[in-house]
Amino acid sequence: MKRILGEHVGLNIREGLAAAWPICLGFFPIGLSLGVLGQKVGLAPWQMALMSLVVFAGGSQFIAVAMLGSGASLAAIVTTTFMVNLRHLLMSSALAVHFPGVSRRFLALFAYGVTDESFAVNMARFNQGGWNRHSALVLNQVTNATWFFSTVAGAFAGQFIPAGSLGIDYALTGMFICLLVFQLRGMIFVVTALIAALCSVLAYLWLPGNAYVIVASCLAATAGLALKRSLRHHTLTS
Amino acid sequence: MNTRDYIALILCMGAVTYLPRMLPLVALSRRRLPAWFSEWLELIPPAILSALLAPTLLTSAAPRALCLGKPELLAAVPTLLFALRTRSLAGTVIVGMACYWGLKLVL
Repeated sequence: MKRILGEHVGLNIREGLAAAWPICLGFFPIGLSLGVLGQKVGLAPWQMALMSLVVFAGGSQFIAVAMLGSGASLAAIVTTTFMVNLRHLLMSSALAVHFPGVSRRFLALFAYGVTDESFAVNMARFNQGGWNRHSALVLNQVTNATWFFSTVAGAFAGQFIPAGSLGIDYALTGMFICLLVFQLRGMIFVVTALIAALCSVLAYLWLPGNAYVIVASCLAATAGLALKRSLRHHTLTS
Repeated sequence: MNTRDYIALILCMGAVTYLPRMLPLVALSRRRLPAWFSEWLELIPPAILSALLAPTLLTSAAPRALCLGKPELLAAVPTLLFALRTRSLAGTVIVGMACYWGLKLVL
């Protein structure tokens, strides 16, 4: 029994690791550059480490480091962080359907690792089937650890690593393209994605900050749902 | 910024990052959602991915402006075709990186 349980755990870990590597590949150069940036504005390696460990949110860490560099107030940095990360509300809501009746403790631990990247990969794997929450948790923690170590490495030695080697800055974009393809499971999904792209570009050009992700996703999902419902109504009545 | 202020800053940043990630998971996983809401949530992943990607591919950052000739966009075309054909995540990441790297060398 113990042996079977052990093999089970081993399998979950292996599957989580196998799914995590594209994220880790993308996180590494970004984490390094954040570490270098932190060092430039005067953060000690332990300060960078503490931020990556407690906050673990790439985009807002870059913004926070830049704001620290320009002497922004604590309140301004915290408010900006909140706004930038508000999009995770939507992601966690969408993930919730895959954790019916799961313990609060597990969810509290899992939530710590919810990022754009882990969300997208976990969602794709849950939809494909055969993915379980333990592998999902491994994926979150492994990508988290990669982020932590790459930012600390950057704080120590980042200036020695050349920028843009081997197109590695495109790893996450490439990953998002493929994960988007996985999500296009019918005409309504394609239409929703196109509406989201249009809204996102317009919102990015017209609204300040990071609001464009939330605004565009909510608008597009609402439009997609309205379209789906009106098509269904149409076929029912005609 | 002194050490105490820095630690306070990090704890506040951590809280405002963690709560939006945790509250919906805990609140929504234990109840049956109305049909319209779960259908809406089902459309959120493609919408978010597309909303994250589009400005990366179609705009320049500072100042924000529409920009239709970026290497990011050009590399996205073969990357997208490869993803549609193979549905391989690892392959797509590598093809995307190779295209982007190649384009950066040429352009």
